[in-house]
Amino acid sequence: MTCRRRLAAGTLPIREAKAPIKRRFLQRHVSQVALSPSLALIAIFLYGFIAYTAAVSTTNSKAFPRFDTFVGLEQYWRLFHTPRWHVAFTNMFLFGGLFLLVTISLGLLIAILIDQRIRAESFFRSIVMYPMAMSFVVTGIIWQWLLNPTLGIEVMMHQLGFESFRLDWLTNPDTVIWALVVAAFWQGCGLVMALFLAGLRGIDEDIWKAAAVDGIPAWRVYVFIVIPMLAPVFLTVVVLLSLSIVRAFDLVVALTNGGPGVSSDLPSVFMFDMAFRRTNLGLSAASAVVMLGTVLAILIPYLYVETRERA
Amino acid sequence: MSTSTDAMPRPARSGWLTPRRAKAILKRVVLYLLLAIVAFFFAGPLYILLSTSFKTMPEIQAGGLMFLPHEPTAQAWVTAWGEACIGITCGGLKGYFGNSMMMAVPAVLISVMIGAINGYALAKWPFPGARFVFAALVAGNFVPFQVVLAPVSVTLRTLGLFGSVEGLILIHVIYGIPITTMLFRNFFLSVPNDLIKAARIDGAGFFWIFFRIVLPLSPSVIVVALILQFTGIWNDFLFAVSFSNPSSAPMTVALNNLVNSNFGVKEYNVHMAATVIAAAPTLILYILLGRYFLRGMTAGAVKG
Repeated sequence: MTCRRRLAAGTLPIREAKAPIKRRFLQRHVSQVALSPSLALIAIFLYGFIAYTAAVSTTNSKAFPRFDTFVGLEQYWRLFHTPRWHVAFTNMFLFGGLFLLVTISLGLLIAILIDQRIRAESFFRSIVMYPMAMSFVVTGIIWQWLLNPTLGIEVMMHQLGFESFRLDWLTNPDTVIWALVVAAFWQGCGLVMALFLAGLRGIDEDIWKAAAVDGIPAWRVYVFIVIPMLAPVFLTVVVLLSLSIVRAFDLVVALTNGGPGVSSDLPSVFMFDMAFRRTNLGLSAASAVVMLGTVLAILIPYLYVETRERA
Repeated sequence: MSTSTDAMPRPARSGWLTPRRAKAILKRVVLYLLLAIVAFFFAGPLYILLSTSFKTMPEIQAGGLMFLPHEPTAQAWVTAWGEACIGITCGGLKGYFGNSMMMAVPAVLISVMIGAINGYALAKWPFPGARFVFAALVAGNFVPFQVVLAPVSVTLRTLGLFGSVEGLILIHVIYGIPITTMLFRNFFLSVPNDLIKAARIDGAGFFWIFFRIVLPLSPSVIVVALILQFTGIWNDFLFAVSFSNPSSAPMTVALNNLVNSNFGVKEYNVHMAATVIAAAPTLILYILLGRYFLRGMTAGAVKG
């Protein structure tokens, strides 16, 4: 205050007066100052851009965003009357449901197997988890070869003498979704297994001792006691996997490229195609907003449950 | 924890194979059989990838995917690294490997640095509204990036960064803020407040405390963040394919173009060598730092 008064009276050189005030402001608000660049970037590049995309979805933009072509919600109407979007949107739920079912049940089973005081436990753990380090592009390419009827598992089985063995997932529109499921499972099982294993290790030893005293078989302890106790882990796993399902993109591009035809299309592939290849930005923006909506539909109930449990 | 009471060897009373012991042994055999199947399913693809990359094309065409190469040759690796045709250029993967490195290393370092400062500010220098700021930043972890692709593309074109490695660095740094901030903030909450208070009383400032007290206490979270970001950025395909051009394309895009192009004969040995090269950096990180890797993955699993 004294500085400011002296400044007003003209008795203090400006440079000297400014410095302490500035420094005091910086000292008091240093953490806000440190955070503000990030906050500004996220405000623009995340929230601003989401708003931008939402705005584009109400226009008839083609190759470039043009806001003078306002059409209201027509793009959403058009989206849900596009057969290819129907395939992509349905596939998301089909692929998602199968992927969740397979990955959760087998991930839990593998975690239980590894939890049996086995030898070389870390060896088995590492083998199940190393695919996590690989990109979805690499995973997709690997499984494209394994499922290729003229190169992969089918040829191998024929050479082993199973002449009638057929594995045509990649070329059959009705079963191609299984190719995505098996590849996604191969990549994602490690994480799920690790989460379940951590959950199993967190369960009180005494439960097992009590069950042994009562002569209850192990499988019954798992089904009726241990698995219900893992409910929070199940919730986490379901949410994590669901988020990855909505975003799944690289895997499809590398494994099937949406084919045969558009039978393994997913919303993310549809969105990308419309934006960058078919120059239909309006429709692409609408599909992106629907994807965001799907994520929110998963997330909001989850956060509601989580915060209520903590309170 | 398990059925180990069954499995523990018991003193045999009459003969060594009592019915009870036979049952326990059988259970163990079934357990290891199942584990062997699991191991085969997960390790098999990598084995096939490696063994095929050392084969010649005639040997691959003759079948026998599961066998080791008759006459191992590194020719496919040489071709994949320096000669294979990707699009219209035939210089192999080495240029794209360089692109990925030049993109990933700066992007990882910058985004981890920013995340550490943000996390420290939020956890240790709270201010009114800090929780809201944290929520606003962290919500970015859940957003499917498809929803920002088009505006990012426009922005990069305006800045003249579209199709450049610098543009990809910028984008990875910005969209890395939510995950790195979350990781560091949650870790720094466990750093004792008394330490910070004592240093402040001694007149230490924000950055002095950060560099001299907080960072030296947290090597593990730094390693976790570095691994998480490197894996995410190296493996990214969505941003790479949307915002790069043939000269700045990272490995993921180049690999996909190489393998999924419809031109010419499919040289599977070259393609598989290329795939191993693309996976190698993150795989090596996993082998060397597996423990940190898992922590990063569980923290980063929410990330887009």
